[in-house]
Amino acid sequence: MSLTGTRSRVVRTAGGLSVGYRPRALLVGTGCLLLALVAAVFAIGSGEYPMPPGDVLRTLLGQGDPADAFIVNELRLPRTATALLVGASLGLSGAVFQAVVRNPLGSPDILGFTNGAAAGALLVVFAVGGSSALLAGGAVTGALVTGTLIYALAWKGGLHGYRLVLVGVGTTAILTGVNSYLITRAGLTEASRAVLWMTGSLDGRGWDDVLPLALGMVVLVPLVLLGCGRALGMMEMGDDAAYALGVRVEHTRLTLLVAGILLVALSAAAAGPVSFVALCAPQLARRLTKAPGPNLLPSLCMGTLLLICADLVAQRAFDGHQLPVGVITGVVGGGYLVWLLATERRAGRI
Amino acid sequence: MTGPHDQTGTHGPTGTDVRTHDGGGDTMKTATQADRAQTAATAGPAAGEPRLTGHDLTLAYDQRTIARELDVAVPDRSFTVVVGPNACGKSTLLRALSRMLRPTRGQVLLDGNDIAGLPAKSLARTLGLLPQSSTAPDGITVADLVARGRYPHQGLLRQWSRDDERVVAESMAATGVEGLGDRFVDELSGGQRQRVWIAMALAQQTPLLLLDEPTTYLDIAHQIEILDLCARLHEEEGRTLVAVLHDLNHAARYATHLIAMRDGRIVAQGEPGEIVTAELVAEVFGMPCRVIDDPETGTPLVVPAARR
Repeated sequence: MSLTGTRSRVVRTAGGLSVGYRPRALLVGTGCLLLALVAAVFAIGSGEYPMPPGDVLRTLLGQGDPADAFIVNELRLPRTATALLVGASLGLSGAVFQAVVRNPLGSPDILGFTNGAAAGALLVVFAVGGSSALLAGGAVTGALVTGTLIYALAWKGGLHGYRLVLVGVGTTAILTGVNSYLITRAGLTEASRAVLWMTGSLDGRGWDDVLPLALGMVVLVPLVLLGCGRALGMMEMGDDAAYALGVRVEHTRLTLLVAGILLVALSAAAAGPVSFVALCAPQLARRLTKAPGPNLLPSLCMGTLLLICADLVAQRAFDGHQLPVGVITGVVGGGYLVWLLATERRAGRI
Repeated sequence: MTGPHDQTGTHGPTGTDVRTHDGGGDTMKTATQADRAQTAATAGPAAGEPRLTGHDLTLAYDQRTIARELDVAVPDRSFTVVVGPNACGKSTLLRALSRMLRPTRGQVLLDGNDIAGLPAKSLARTLGLLPQSSTAPDGITVADLVARGRYPHQGLLRQWSRDDERVVAESMAATGVEGLGDRFVDELSGGQRQRVWIAMALAQQTPLLLLDEPTTYLDIAHQIEILDLCARLHEEEGRTLVAVLHDLNHAARYATHLIAMRDGRIVAQGEPGEIVTAELVAEVFGMPCRVIDDPETGTPLVVPAARR
């Protein structure tokens, strides 16, 4: 079996069922996931009480001593699980948005959904203090309201790439202002917590932070991958071509936009608006798989790997100084954005 | 998909023909036309009921009405060509016939059923449309693009059957792109690319295929190549084709049924040999001309009048 080509292969059953796959994309996806898990083990092992990977694995399998078990299962695993899930859902939603908008700039942080989620979450935090569930609710509401707004503003007999990107950039700017204003209105302690959260941070995540995101993903990931994935691939050829092939274009697009917005909102609720993972993951995945199409599953795996690595760097790179993970993704992803804008400019697409 | 190639082409069974012909027109032209038809046909009486018809269509984008009270019928197993000046509504009509545009009034019937109510995939198994502009996804190969035509026949657990494989290979062979399977679509010439798109539409295996300006942006050799391909698909596979074309001479040469439009109205429809006259061209395009016999095919050839 050739693993270098981009050709797809097919598995057929005697009953006439068949499933196609691309060996290279499969390799990229599993590779990213495996690396992410390795990075996760290291991440769990690092901290003020370092543990070698062997101990971490033993503890995860339920054979560690009680002290280790407490540190791993209650203190560090929730954080790592948050990182993995947030990465996955950002990677997937990034791939969805970029495919729907048909533009590599069409990621949720640039379109304004991430900031919308943040605004919703901040409102909840400042107004009622807020449990994780309330925070998630606020983020989801904020992102959906933003989504509706952008959809209404950018809609003109259909959604078009740059129109949506431009409206999104404007909305992002407004929401950044709103968020800053919300923070200035808050008390000092709350404000500093909010600022940290706004950067995107995984510090002190507990299982109750993971839960809303995990539950959401159980529904949304299959909906996107299995329910809309193939149709989304057809939509890459343009609405008319997809429609002619029997894709319910508007219906699929709306489902995907809502699912993507929910994924972004739930991850923002869990880790704050971590920037740029959704922008970078799909493009990186695509360059590795060399496969046409939205590359949904590889993007999800790539997002997982990116975020857990960013968190590992944030925890370990500067001795004694833990950085919020959003700083790392911001610095690396910002560089990527500059490069992307430059190449888009050169290609005459902006 | 094969069967007697019925060819009457004399008149649209329903419709607002301004001029309806009963077959007794210009004898010389109709004779050659009949010869042409005969080569393709195994004879047979009048064509079956038209499968695709539009009734009392009012077509509009937003508030801008393009066409009103349009009645149209696509004769079964015909190669129907729609012609008319720019912005006469011919592409709009094609979009309405393929459900891409919902008529503000009237309905489009496919086999007697309103297409507005048909499930998306089942419509896509009967009626295909090659839009004027489609984007080949970045980095897609010819074989992968053609394979996408199988989408309406596939499902989540039936992603790539042996049938799919066979039909894609046949479609690529029929359009002469079988040697290009592993090439990237972006590196092909315009003519090759258009053949690949047609192969994709063929792989959809629809008895009815609508083509929106399939020859635009191609040089003359590639235009003829694409039209020959369409004529072959029509004759050999018995598909009903409906194409919007810009070139009246190409339309007259290849169509078995011609629909001439102007300002959102159908001015004439019927066999090109019968309806293409200097008067019609003047009425539709506002251009003085002479219509002579095409020395190659005997079909009408429109020669614009010399500058005075």
